[in-house]
Amino acid sequence: MLAQYLPILIFLCISTVIGIALVVIGGLLGPTRPDSEKLSPYECGFEAFEDTRTKFDVRYYLIAILFIIFDLEITFFLPWALALDTLGMFGIVAMFVFLAELVIGYIVIWKRGALEWE
Amino acid sequence: MFEMIESVFNWIQSQYLIWTVLKIVVIVLPLITAVAFYTYFERKVIGSMQIRVGPNRVGPLGLIQPFADVFKLLLKEIVLPTNANRFLFVTAPVIALAPAFAAWAVVPFNDFLVLADVDAGLLYVLALTSLGVYGIIIAGWASNSKYAFLGAMRAAAQAVSYEIAMGFALVGVLILAGSMNLREIVLAQQGGIFDWYWLPLFPLFVIYMISGLAETNRAPFDMAEGESEIVAGFHVEYSGAAFAVFFLAEYANMILISGLTAIMFAGGWLSPFEGWPVIGDTFLGQGSIIWFLAKTVIFMFMFLWYRATWPRYRYDQIMRLGWKVLIPITLVWVMLSALMTVLGIVVKGS
Repeated sequence: MLAQYLPILIFLCISTVIGIALVVIGGLLGPTRPDSEKLSPYECGFEAFEDTRTKFDVRYYLIAILFIIFDLEITFFLPWALALDTLGMFGIVAMFVFLAELVIGYIVIWKRGALEWE
Repeated sequence: MFEMIESVFNWIQSQYLIWTVLKIVVIVLPLITAVAFYTYFERKVIGSMQIRVGPNRVGPLGLIQPFADVFKLLLKEIVLPTNANRFLFVTAPVIALAPAFAAWAVVPFNDFLVLADVDAGLLYVLALTSLGVYGIIIAGWASNSKYAFLGAMRAAAQAVSYEIAMGFALVGVLILAGSMNLREIVLAQQGGIFDWYWLPLFPLFVIYMISGLAETNRAPFDMAEGESEIVAGFHVEYSGAAFAVFFLAEYANMILISGLTAIMFAGGWLSPFEGWPVIGDTFLGQGSIIWFLAKTVIFMFMFLWYRATWPRYRYDQIMRLGWKVLIPITLVWVMLSALMTVLGIVVKGS
């Protein structure tokens, strides 16, 4: 059973090796002529104003949290979709109940403005 | 002589590791070549759409152009910015590239040509297509540059938002096919062009393609790069081979999404004329790898077409489209397709 997944593991290793090899070859073939201007962060020719690692918009964080909820929802859908043949009408009704609760949550985040970007 | 070749062949086949590596090479080499010519194809197609000629200097019709580009990129300096986290900075392109290639492990090219015929193929594909976003986030963070950071935040938020719509679109396919094995998903669509899932799942098919555009950060959803605002986004500090790897990953992802669209919604390797009166009896009615590649190329062409046709979206519009339009539609259509299956309107492999 798990032996089926061995080629996938080998494939992952090979594609990682390809990526590493390309970067290493580029590093070996390319010149290295550093100077302080070239190595400073790119900001359209200005000196960098301040450090990059400062505060950033909380909405990105919010999106990440909402993503987890909805992605979990998908993981609940996957086994249900596979077993639908045996579940039949009962499965559909059960999923409607489950979905109704999620839709209430969805309406709440929509009304509270969590999905707004102005 | 022939016997010797045969015995060598048998020995290679008995060596599991060598045999697997050979099979992987047979997938990866054409893939890299496809990426190279896809970049050429893109410039030619967009050139024609804008009434230009596109690349035409290097080799006949400019056909050698992609190789010239590769060598130029490999021979350029990889700039390591002083403020960057050096280790993460060089790891990020590799993390972006590895899943874009490795996802091909479960893609069935025809009925028997598949590297790993696993039952959780669809889950594996979903997992690997979402892994690509790590490369973007790590690149943006490690560069320690404002444009790179902004681009990475945008790309990550956009990718996760559209991943939900994409996941739900695939749930629709799963309901109709009743299997997560990609080969069985294709086989469940047997019966000609009107039995493929693009018809009963048309809204999900469209949403899958839109989400594919957003996942790969392609125009009109290329906010992560947004040349006019944040220059090049998350890879603004990358140069030379490190940039080339990001480029390779992006195009490999586009080819992957095209191939997956062909498998999920357009019958994979199956022939569109299957079961048709006259034409279905000829070789055109037979499913083969050529059909799969042809469908993939059509979807690949559409990626370029979108880029030439549509202007870039604004970021708030992208997020609104993802969260307020695509997710409700997918939810409704998933439940509808569940009803269609249970009531027997769409029958498996009819």
